[in-house]
Amino acid sequence: MTRLTTFNIVSLTLGFAFLYIPMLILVIYSFNASQLVTVWGGFSTKWYGELLRNEAMIDAAWVTMKVAFFSSTLATVLGTMAAYVLVRRGRFYGRTLFSGMIYAPLVMPEVITGLSLLLLFIAIGLDRGVLTIVLAHTTFSMCYVSVVVSSRLVSFDDSLEEAALDLGASPFEAFRLVTLPIIAPAVISGWLLAFTLSLDDLVIASFTAGPSATTLPIKIFSSVRLGVSPEINALSTIIIAIVTVGVLTASIVSKRQITRRLREEAQAG
Amino acid sequence: MAAAGKENVFAPWKDDAAVPLIRIDQVSKRFGDFTAIDKISLNIYPQEFFALLGPSGCGKTTLMRMLAGFEKPSGGVISIDGQDMVTVPPNKRAVNMMFQSYALFPHLSVWDNIAFGLRRDGLDKDRVAARVEEMLKLVQLGQFARRKPHQISGGQRQRVALARSLAKAPKLLLLDEPLGALDKKLRQETQFELMDIQEKTGTTFVIVTHDQEEAMTVASRVAVMDQGKLIQVETPQVIYEQPNSVYVADFIGDVNLIPGSVSELGGGAALAWAEGKPPLLGQPGASLAKGQNATFAIRPEKIAISAEEPQDRNNRVQGKILEIGYLGNLSTYHVELPEGPVIKCEVGNRSRVERRDFTWEDEVWLSWSDTAGLVLAR
Repeated sequence: MTRLTTFNIVSLTLGFAFLYIPMLILVIYSFNASQLVTVWGGFSTKWYGELLRNEAMIDAAWVTMKVAFFSSTLATVLGTMAAYVLVRRGRFYGRTLFSGMIYAPLVMPEVITGLSLLLLFIAIGLDRGVLTIVLAHTTFSMCYVSVVVSSRLVSFDDSLEEAALDLGASPFEAFRLVTLPIIAPAVISGWLLAFTLSLDDLVIASFTAGPSATTLPIKIFSSVRLGVSPEINALSTIIIAIVTVGVLTASIVSKRQITRRLREEAQAG
Repeated sequence: MAAAGKENVFAPWKDDAAVPLIRIDQVSKRFGDFTAIDKISLNIYPQEFFALLGPSGCGKTTLMRMLAGFEKPSGGVISIDGQDMVTVPPNKRAVNMMFQSYALFPHLSVWDNIAFGLRRDGLDKDRVAARVEEMLKLVQLGQFARRKPHQISGGQRQRVALARSLAKAPKLLLLDEPLGALDKKLRQETQFELMDIQEKTGTTFVIVTHDQEEAMTVASRVAVMDQGKLIQVETPQVIYEQPNSVYVADFIGDVNLIPGSVSELGGGAALAWAEGKPPLLGQPGASLAKGQNATFAIRPEKIAISAEEPQDRNNRVQGKILEIGYLGNLSTYHVELPEGPVIKCEVGNRSRVERRDFTWEDEVWLSWSDTAGLVLAR
């Protein structure tokens, strides 16, 4: 353990202050009794009550969750398949082109992705709604999944799959029974990444959402334009709480797994 | 099963009536411009413990992977038990492989690793369980059945890999450098265990190794490979005592190689190696002609060292001790001849309190019998 010097303490404090003071202010003001966002009027939880009664907001939250769930699941399936083919199936003709193309959406400005998807949906006559947002989110998040999964597959020992084939498994069984369970952590983190990306996407969703379906980011953005209501603060605080709990749980679980594994390996000698 | 020979030794390759399990006929494998296997023909018989030996890059692993079905030959035919194997995928072959990295499934317990292949065959639960227990007993890992691969030691992992590949009772078991990851002592113990298991199960084993000592210890026959070709296929003893080429003599064990030319050829061969010196006498190798450039090969342990000139042997040379290496069980002497070559000779240390007869810079005589050395074509 290195000793904390004054310099370290100062830089740590500044760094964390920079990151967390805005959020802290938001959380504090969510308990503000006053209607005015910038004036403290005493402690109250009334905005949380208001939020629960705001059906438009609850609807938007529900749509967002649905979109995030389906798009991240679809993106995980497609992204894993793409990563598997690009990493494991050797050098086929046009492989470099394919792997370049799969990562292109990572650097493509979101406005362009959104616009092109909008034009496509209009061209094929697809009514904008939950389905179009799901498709749009799948499109841009599958490349993130593919990046995460292929980085795991690169370090995957080929002979494991060969051993499965050798023991009589068909190529599909080898994938399902051996490869997939081993790369599962990467697939799950790919799914979580896609889920988070879908949750907070505003740009692409606003291009592809229709009047029948509005996601939470769109709802928040449009209501903020009419003036920040303390309700939004309450909503944001809830989201921050959920994310914090999720991140803490994930890191505690993975830390426990690592320590258990290290202990077991030490015992095996 | 062939039982040829007077001492009832296992040597089906000498028996014309024996039916080989594996026929490799004119098999080649090319990767682009690179020829990994160059028209190899080879028969391997049931219950053999066959070793493919060679330096890395000689094609031994490629040949094994073709037997397993992971590579397709570019030409030629491989048949196992009379069936043409070229188009049969690995999961449809009665062949199992033990991988160099062991390739144990890290997410499955030892028990489930061994059961993996049996379950793919659709065996019912009781029969899977019975077979797994039998295998665990064979490799003595009963108490580790519920552990995961990362919870057991390297030697235990090696045994799990062996049990897993034997569980389906394959006709042929392929072992890719099976002992490479073990330390020396464990490796030697495991060699004998492997031979024991091979005998118990009666499975045909084909082992790939770059370790000549390992190949010599375990194998009934050894194939020495170089650059995609088979150089010699014989029993360990023949490979060691009658290598057919300088390459084999040099690759297997220690050998002194003295260049010269054939001066006489009859029942034996004489090699002129230095002007004004009597020729060295030895047994002739194949395709030797008089006057041809050749190499005299003599193993260090077949050379005697003495202070006086020995009168009873034709092959005798005099030189000066350059180096002495004490290895415990034996000592090696490097003796420099005035004609140039440095000859290595090994003497067993039989007595614990032996007096050192020779020391550095001593003039000594080296001698060996007329049949101890070989004259090999170059």
